[in-house]
Amino acid sequence: MITFILKRLGSGLVVLLTVSVLTFVLLYASSGSIARNILGDQATPEQLLVKEAELGLDQPLFVRYFSWLTHALRGDLGASWFSSEPVTNSLATRIPVTMTMVITAMILIAVIATLIGVAAAVKRGWVDRVVQVGAIIGDSIPGFVIGVILVTVLAIQAGLFPATSTISPGAPLNAWVMSMTLPVIALLINGVTGGAQQIRSAVIKQLERDYVRTLRSRGIGEREILFKHVLRSAAPAGLTVLSLQLIGMLGGVVILESIFALPGMGPLAVTATAQSDLPVVMGIVMYTVVVVIVVNLLVDLLNGWLNPKVRVS
Amino acid sequence: MTESVNTSALTPAPGTPGQSGTVVRSTVLKRLFKNPLGIVAIVILLGIALLAAFADVLAPFEENYANIAKTLASPDSVNILGTDSAGRDIWSRLLFGARLTLLSALLCAGVAVAIGLPAGLIAGYYAGRFEAVSNWVVSILMSLPGLIVLLTIRAAFGPSVWVSMIAFGVLISPAYFRLTRTAVQSVRNELYVDAARVSGLSDRSIIVRHIFSVVRAPVIIQTAAIAGVAIAIQSGLEFLGLGDPSKATWGVMLSEGFKNVYLKPELLFWPSFAMSLTIGALVLLGNAIRDAMEDGEKIKHRKKPADKAATATSGPSPTVTRASRKAVAAVESGTEHHLVKVTNLGVGYPQADGSIKKVVDDVSFHVDRGEILGIVGESGSGKSQTAFSILGLLPDTARIVGGAIQFDGDYTVAPGDDTVNQDRLSKLRGKRISYIPQEPMSNLDPAFTIGYQLVTPMVRVLGISKAEATNRAMKLLSDVGITYPDRTFKAYPHEVSGGMAQRVLIAGAISCEPDLIIADEPTTALDVTVQADVLDLIRDLQKRLGVGVILVTHNFGVVADLCDRVVVMQNGRLVEEGPVREILRNPADPYTQKLLGSMLEGKEPMTMLVAAGTEAAQ
Repeated sequence: MITFILKRLGSGLVVLLTVSVLTFVLLYASSGSIARNILGDQATPEQLLVKEAELGLDQPLFVRYFSWLTHALRGDLGASWFSSEPVTNSLATRIPVTMTMVITAMILIAVIATLIGVAAAVKRGWVDRVVQVGAIIGDSIPGFVIGVILVTVLAIQAGLFPATSTISPGAPLNAWVMSMTLPVIALLINGVTGGAQQIRSAVIKQLERDYVRTLRSRGIGEREILFKHVLRSAAPAGLTVLSLQLIGMLGGVVILESIFALPGMGPLAVTATAQSDLPVVMGIVMYTVVVVIVVNLLVDLLNGWLNPKVRVS
Repeated sequence: MTESVNTSALTPAPGTPGQSGTVVRSTVLKRLFKNPLGIVAIVILLGIALLAAFADVLAPFEENYANIAKTLASPDSVNILGTDSAGRDIWSRLLFGARLTLLSALLCAGVAVAIGLPAGLIAGYYAGRFEAVSNWVVSILMSLPGLIVLLTIRAAFGPSVWVSMIAFGVLISPAYFRLTRTAVQSVRNELYVDAARVSGLSDRSIIVRHIFSVVRAPVIIQTAAIAGVAIAIQSGLEFLGLGDPSKATWGVMLSEGFKNVYLKPELLFWPSFAMSLTIGALVLLGNAIRDAMEDGEKIKHRKKPADKAATATSGPSPTVTRASRKAVAAVESGTEHHLVKVTNLGVGYPQADGSIKKVVDDVSFHVDRGEILGIVGESGSGKSQTAFSILGLLPDTARIVGGAIQFDGDYTVAPGDDTVNQDRLSKLRGKRISYIPQEPMSNLDPAFTIGYQLVTPMVRVLGISKAEATNRAMKLLSDVGITYPDRTFKAYPHEVSGGMAQRVLIAGAISCEPDLIIADEPTTALDVTVQADVLDLIRDLQKRLGVGVILVTHNFGVVADLCDRVVVMQNGRLVEEGPVREILRNPADPYTQKLLGSMLEGKEPMTMLVAAGTEAAQ
C-alpha cells in the first residue's frame, strides 16, 4: 500500500515537473517584450533594459527556469510583476474560496448524481427519460451561461441572493453561504446532469453482468444486490466520471467566480492572463496540477479499496 | 465543466462494421434520417451554417458598425433584434459571431483529428514504444483543465481565437487518439486483416480499407461532442474579455449584455440562445448517430432469435408434432408428484415493430426428485431460456407467451401470466431451486471473497448465524473437492482457477439444500480434464442429496454420462423426449440422430491423427 502511494506520488511529481517545464518555456519563450508590456509604451529603451535585468529576462531560458525551480522548491513562486504581491500569498488567500466551492459542489454532485443515476438505471421508465433529456440540456448550456442566467434571474431580478459576493476572509458564515449558493448551483447543474447519465450507464452495465444473475439465484434480495454488489462494482466508473468533472470544474469555476465577483482563483487568473503577469500564471498552473494529482491519487486509492484486483497488483 | 468528453460509449464494438463499410454506413445514415431528433439537429446545424456562410449578405450592418445615437435600442424595422450599448446591430453581430464560432469549432476539431487519428492508428497498429510514449503524453494532456491551459496560451500568445482553438485542438486530441487506438486494436487481430496481409496487401491499404470504416461513425460522434465543447470554451474565454476585442462573437455579446444587465437584461438572450441551440444541436446529432449505430447492433443481436422463431413458426414438421404430443402425454400422467412441471411453455421477446419473437415455443416436460433431466440442443435452441424461465431469471424484456410452470405443485408461471411470478420465485430461489452457471469466473463478484459469497446466501436464506454458515461453507468446500478450504475461503475470485471457481459455484448451489438444481452448461467453459471431475462431482452430490437436476447442455456425451431422461430441443421447440438409454439406442427424430452423430465418442477412428486427438479430448 505504501509503495503504491509512493509510486503514484512519484509519477505525480514527474507530471508536475514536465508541466512546469512546458509551461515555463511556453510562457517565457513566446511572450514578446515583457518589459514594454509592464512599463507601457512611454518607456525609454534604458528603462526597458533595467526592467529586463531586474526580472532576470536577460539570462538564458534554462537558467531562469532553474532559478524559478530552486525558489519554487523553497515555497517561493516569485511575485506579481504588477502588484508585487508574492504569488504564494495570493494563492493562499484565494485557494480556500475556490476549493470551498469546488468541494461543496463535488460532494453534492456525487450524492445527487448517484441517486438519480441509480434510480434511472433500476426504475427505467420516466425517471430514465428525464435523466436522458436532462443530460442533453445540461450538455447544451455552457456552465457560465447558466451562471449568468442564475445571477440575472435570482439575484438581480428576484433579489434572493447578492449579485456580487460579500465575502472576505473574516466574513460571517452567513455571507459565505449566501455568496456561494448560486455559483455552486451553476456548477451543480452541469455536473449532475452529466454525472447522472454516466452513473446510470455504469450501473446498467453492472446489472447485466452474470454474477448479478447468480446472486439472484442464491436468494439474495434485490436491494442488497444493488447496494452492496452493483454499486460497488460501478463505483470505479463513477469515480472516474466525477474526477474528470472535478478537473473540468477547476476551469469552469474561473468564469463563475468572475461572474459572481468571488475573491477566488478566477479573477486572479483572468487579470494575470490579460496582463501576461507570468509569475502569477505560472503559480496558477502549478496549483491546478497539484490539485489534479491529488484528486487522481485519491481516486486511485479509493479504487484500490473498492477493487481487490487493483489492491493486489 | 463540460470539458470531459465521454469516450467510453463511443468505442466501437469489435467487428460491428468493417466487413462491409459502405453498407453499414448507408444503413446508419438511413436510420439517422428516420430519427426525428437527428433530422431536427441536422436542420438546425445546416441553418446556422448557412446563416454564417452568408453573413456578409444577410447582415444589414458591419460587425463593428456603431450608431452612437441609438444605443440599447429595442427591436425595430432597422435593427430587427435591437442594438447593444455601443449602438451596434445585434442581428448582424449574431451572424458574424456564428461564422467565427463555427469556424473556430471546425478548426479545433480539425486539429484534434489531424493529431489524434494518425497517432491512434500508429499506436494501435504498431503498438510498441510509440504507444507507450503517446499514452504518457495523453495522460498529461488529459490531466489539465482546458480552460487553465487556454489561459496560459492566452498569456503567452495574446488574444487570438485561432491560436487558442489550435491549442484546444491539441489538448483534446486524446479523445480521437483513444478512440482510434481501441478500434484499431480490436480490428488488428481479426482474421480478415491477417487474410489481407497474406494476400499481399500493404499495411497502408489494410488501414485504409478496414480500419477507417470501423472508426468513421465514432469519429463523427466525437467530433460533434468536441465541436460543442470547443464552442463553450471559446465563448467562455471571450466572455472573460480574453478574446480578440475587434471580433463580434457570442461570448463577447454575452459579456456585453452582462455588463448592461441592470439596464437591459434582454441583451443576454440572443447570445445565450445561439450558443445553446448550436451546442444542443451538436449533442443531439451525436446522440442520434450513436442511437443509429446501437440500433444496428441490436437488430444484429436479435436476428438470431428472429431466425429461430421464423423457422419455428414456418410450419411444424410431422416429427415435431408427434414428439410434443408425446411429451404432453408424458407430463399429464400423474401430475402432483412432479418436482417441476413445464406445460406448453412459450417465451418471447417483443420487437420494435410490435411483434413478439418466440424463442421457446410449446415446450412441455417434467422433472422428479432424485432425477437428472438433460435438456440438449445446439446454441440458440431455447434450452437456456427454458431453464431461466424455471428460475425466474429471464431478462427484463422477456415475456411468457404461453403455458405454465409448476414447482412442487405451485404455479410459478400460472396459465395466462405473461411474466414469471417473482413473489413466489424469490422465496424459492436459493432455498429450493438453485443454479450452477456456465462461465465460472464471471459469475462470482470480483469485489468479494469467495467465503463471503458462500456465507451470505446461507445467512439470508437459512437464517443461521455467520459463524455457523462459515463452518458449513468450509465443509461444503471440502465436499466439492477443494483441498485447502480455508485458503479458498479467504481468496478473491481472481485468485483461483476456473475449475476451482466452478467447484465454489457448485458448493454455493448446494449450500442451502435445494430440491432442484439447474445447471446451465456447467462444464462448457472448463478444461477438458476438469470437465470430467466436475461431472463426477455433480453425479455424486445428486446421489447423496437426492435432488432433482436439470442439466442444460449441447453435449450428448454429458447426457449419456449423467442423465436419466433427456429432452431434445431445436429452434425453440421440443423435438424428442424420453429415457436416455432409449433415445441413445433408438433416436426417432432426425435432429437427434444428427446430434448423436456429431459426438466423438464411439466413432470409428479414421486415421491415427484423429484417434490421438479423440483420446486427448477425453
